[in-house]
Amino acid sequence: MEATIPISVNGEARQVPAAATLADLLAQIGLDIRKVAVERNLEIVPRSRYAETPLAAGDRLEIVHFIGGG
Amino acid sequence: MRGMDLDFSDAELHRYSRHILLQDVGAVGQARLRAARVLVVGAGGLGAPLALYLAAAGVGTIGILDHDALELSNLQRQVIHSTARIGRNKAESAAETLAGLNPEVRVEVHPRRMDAATARDQIPRYDLVCDGTDNFPTRFLLGDACHLLGRPLVSAAVLRFEGQLSTFKSHLGAPHPCHRCLHPEPPPPGLVPSCSEAGVLGAVTGVMGTLQAAEVLKEILGIGEGMSGRLLLWDALDARFRTIRLRRDPACALCGEAATIHDLSAHAA
Repeated sequence: MEATIPISVNGEARQVPAAATLADLLAQIGLDIRKVAVERNLEIVPRSRYAETPLAAGDRLEIVHFIGGG
Repeated sequence: MRGMDLDFSDAELHRYSRHILLQDVGAVGQARLRAARVLVVGAGGLGAPLALYLAAAGVGTIGILDHDALELSNLQRQVIHSTARIGRNKAESAAETLAGLNPEVRVEVHPRRMDAATARDQIPRYDLVCDGTDNFPTRFLLGDACHLLGRPLVSAAVLRFEGQLSTFKSHLGAPHPCHRCLHPEPPPPGLVPSCSEAGVLGAVTGVMGTLQAAEVLKEILGIGEGMSGRLLLWDALDARFRTIRLRRDPACALCGEAATIHDLSAHAA
């Protein structure tokens, strides 16, 4: 049994493998990363860093929609 | 303040009295507003309240750029226009309203599309640029052009019940991020809907355009905490504002250490 850690995504509790990165989580959710930005603990994570951003217990993630209307 | 013209007419003193009363504005701040040149790109849902508040505030020169003709479906949110002006160019319609609101300000009308050539010609003529456009290609053009031409960009966006706002001053160097630190590339066509496809609550454009105006005035006056390095998110349904951190991305193609974007050649001429 793989160890998991608790995080929240858009306010909902979720368990992810202890070694998961942000890229792993986004792939698991099935999000098209070309239409979102990701906020982790009140800070935008650059898209270039998703694969090198390990998730930590208690991380609060929010998906920020890419919008462009005026 | 050297060379700042502090000579106000009685009518100006009266008109701007509520500003001049503010300790952080005063006559000096009001003179700064009068000396400022701001370009508003898009006379739509965001540009309407934005331009109205900039003109009312006495921003001395306001450029309004929009190539579109006013349509009936615009009037649910674009409160600078009027029903009688349907079919007219929106930059011209906006300028007419602004002239009626405050004849002390000069309005420069640009009834044309924002493309790379226009960006190169017009952006350097202004101190600050506001993005109130309705499409990703123009948003990326403006973001790239403001970074490369050295102008601050106060940018807002809306869709459905949501609004976002930030200020980009990456031309000043670290720690200021650029628009590509948030979204490296525009989404492929069709992936993210526009307001004409998905809708937008009219009042959401009003709130976000008005917030944009407040940020522009703060930038000109040099007061308060600017929005560079921060992203404001508003959801009208939750009635919840959040402000989160946006850092400069060292790997950014526009402002990063090994930037690959050095001109506007990737954008439509």
